[in-house]
Amino acid sequence: MQSVETHAGFSRTIGRALRSSPLLPLLPGILAIVFLFLWPLGQMIYFSFTDPTVGLENYRRFFQTPAEIRSLGTTMWVSFLATLLCAVIGYIYAYSMANSSKAVSRLLMGAVVLPMGVNLLVRTFSLQAILRDTGLINELLKSIGLIQSPLPLIRNTFAVSVGIISMELPFMVLPIYNTMVQINRKLLLAGEGLGATPARVFLDIYLPLSLPGVFAGSLIVFVSSLAYYVVPQLLGSGSEMFLSQDVSNWIQLQAEFGYGATVGVILLILTLGTLLIASLFMNIDKTLSETTGAK
Amino acid sequence: MSLLSIHDLCFRYGEKSVLKNFSLEVEEGEFVSLLGPSGCGKTTALMLIAGFEYPESGSIVVGGENLNDVPAYRRNMGMVFQNYALFPHMSILDNVAYGLRQRKISKPAAYKAAEEVLSLVQLQGMAHRFPGQISGGQQQRVALARAIVIKPRLLLLDESLSALDRKLRVEMEVELRKIQREVGITTIFVTHDQEEALTMSDRVALMRDGSIEQYDQPSVIYEQPKNLFVAGFLGKANFLKGDIEAAQDGHYSMRLEDGNRVQFGVPRPLEVGSSYTIGVRPEKMEISATPTENATMPGTVSLVTYAGGVTQYEIQALGKEWMVQSQNATVHGAIFDAGQQVWFGWKPDNSLIL
Ligand SMILES: Nc1ncnc2c1ncn2[C@@H]1O[C@H](COP(=O)(O)OP(=O)(O)O)[C@@H](O)[C@H]1O
Ligand SMILES: [Mg+2]
Repeated sequence: MQSVETHAGFSRTIGRALRSSPLLPLLPGILAIVFLFLWPLGQMIYFSFTDPTVGLENYRRFFQTPAEIRSLGTTMWVSFLATLLCAVIGYIYAYSMANSSKAVSRLLMGAVVLPMGVNLLVRTFSLQAILRDTGLINELLKSIGLIQSPLPLIRNTFAVSVGIISMELPFMVLPIYNTMVQINRKLLLAGEGLGATPARVFLDIYLPLSLPGVFAGSLIVFVSSLAYYVVPQLLGSGSEMFLSQDVSNWIQLQAEFGYGATVGVILLILTLGTLLIASLFMNIDKTLSETTGAK
Repeated sequence: MSLLSIHDLCFRYGEKSVLKNFSLEVEEGEFVSLLGPSGCGKTTALMLIAGFEYPESGSIVVGGENLNDVPAYRRNMGMVFQNYALFPHMSILDNVAYGLRQRKISKPAAYKAAEEVLSLVQLQGMAHRFPGQISGGQQQRVALARAIVIKPRLLLLDESLSALDRKLRVEMEVELRKIQREVGITTIFVTHDQEEALTMSDRVALMRDGSIEQYDQPSVIYEQPKNLFVAGFLGKANFLKGDIEAAQDGHYSMRLEDGNRVQFGVPRPLEVGSSYTIGVRPEKMEISATPTENATMPGTVSLVTYAGGVTQYEIQALGKEWMVQSQNATVHGAIFDAGQQVWFGWKPDNSLIL
């Protein structure tokens, strides 16, 4: 009994302390954000306007260089393509997960989640081993005589898309699956009872009700894809670069910090812009929390 | 021939047998209630009729057509689900028009018909709202409108009023019956509420454990229950269980299981030496300060519940607790007090032989 009272007394003391300074409990979080995020970010933005000269010179240079514009286009186009394919594959995958027995559903869940535990670099290398000219697929096709010379499976947009999809699939599948299992089965029966064929029930009821998951997954995948570096570096062609490769190029190879930082800022604006546009069409907060189960 | 005729339907969920030789006949235009305790298989029976589940054996015939192999979307049944199952992403109007659109009716015609049915259920102004923006009672009416607009062969209602508060429920009961008569639609109404079943139905089918115990008009199923379960489920009753020891002038003496003896009259002869269960409803009993022709047993009042129109007594007698209800038929009628000695009993005609 006494320990309970002591405990309660202790909690009260803490409670009073917290009430008297509302910012105190937020302090660790605020510190982490400032030092891990805002500080480097601020530096990057600062460099982009000051190095080597003060002003908009770096930005002018970016938008006047065709190769940079191409890089911007590649980043957006390949991310878009990969997201689209990922959504289609993810939807089918999540659908089979949501509509099969518990055991099968768990197996499918494991298959999509487990690879997340393997290092991204390792997974990219193994994809390289599968896709390259002397890789698994080409050797196999050659050995059964389907092809004479290897198919161009690597160093192109296709390979980068495959890479992004294989890394991002879980982030597409999980929100879609989460939305699908929340669909009330009675709604589907109601549709059927009103005369809708199974195909119509899917198109009119199931699909629209699962779309929030598709939007959430696509947003996550697209925004992550924009910042991809390892995958395009190892699987893409040298002539089509992602912005993050570009950043690395300017900072590491050319040692032009200010200009590299500028490309980084542009990548950031692209990401924020995407989120902004998405938020015009949906309530991101609500969609993400409903579809990912986070509260 | 009946509109709906279900014969010896059997159905199981995995190992669990849910419907066992379930049979039911419903006439054109009839309002039938499926009444029974929770879990007895009422919803399952509706699911089979609607075609959302298929029977293991038995048949469902509607208007002479065997539906066993007809998928739900071709059965033309109007189902109102327990929690309404309105499409949350469609407006009220689109919800109601949905069934018509599936029947290849043009959009304007479907909307026009939907508007008409919406005004029948008094929801004219709600057409462009969404299910999340209207109250439970209104959702219930939308679900009803959505089901009747397709002119279904049968209207199937699953505990449709249970989620509503009492006042709204009574209103909806009346309204539902009115609409049902207006449209002339044959209806199966699932409920676990006996009062609802008795007041609304042409016939009540009382279910227990996957099959029907008794299927009759409300007054028959209440006044002439076939067995102990029916008598106990519908309304209240005092039960006497034991062997008949002696008979005299149509009156019998029964030895109860605890050894006490009780005398009573019955409407038809009993066999001396056999064991019976007799039921008497509280409102069929008489209570009096002095012995009368029908109040022949002495007892002590242990609890009095005055309820305006009636007074309910609990009486201790013969080692049992008896429920007796008396009508407060006059302004200055006698009300007995707890602890008071009284006489009570019942007319032979009021004994239910179960
Ligand atoms: N989808 C299902 N899977 C397994 N068992 C079920 C399912 N639906 C109902 N049951 C079981 O079948 C029995 C009858 O259920 P139900 O028809 O819903 O009863 P009621 O509507 O009379 O309350 C219950 O014991 C219930 O547990
Ligand atoms: Mg039920």
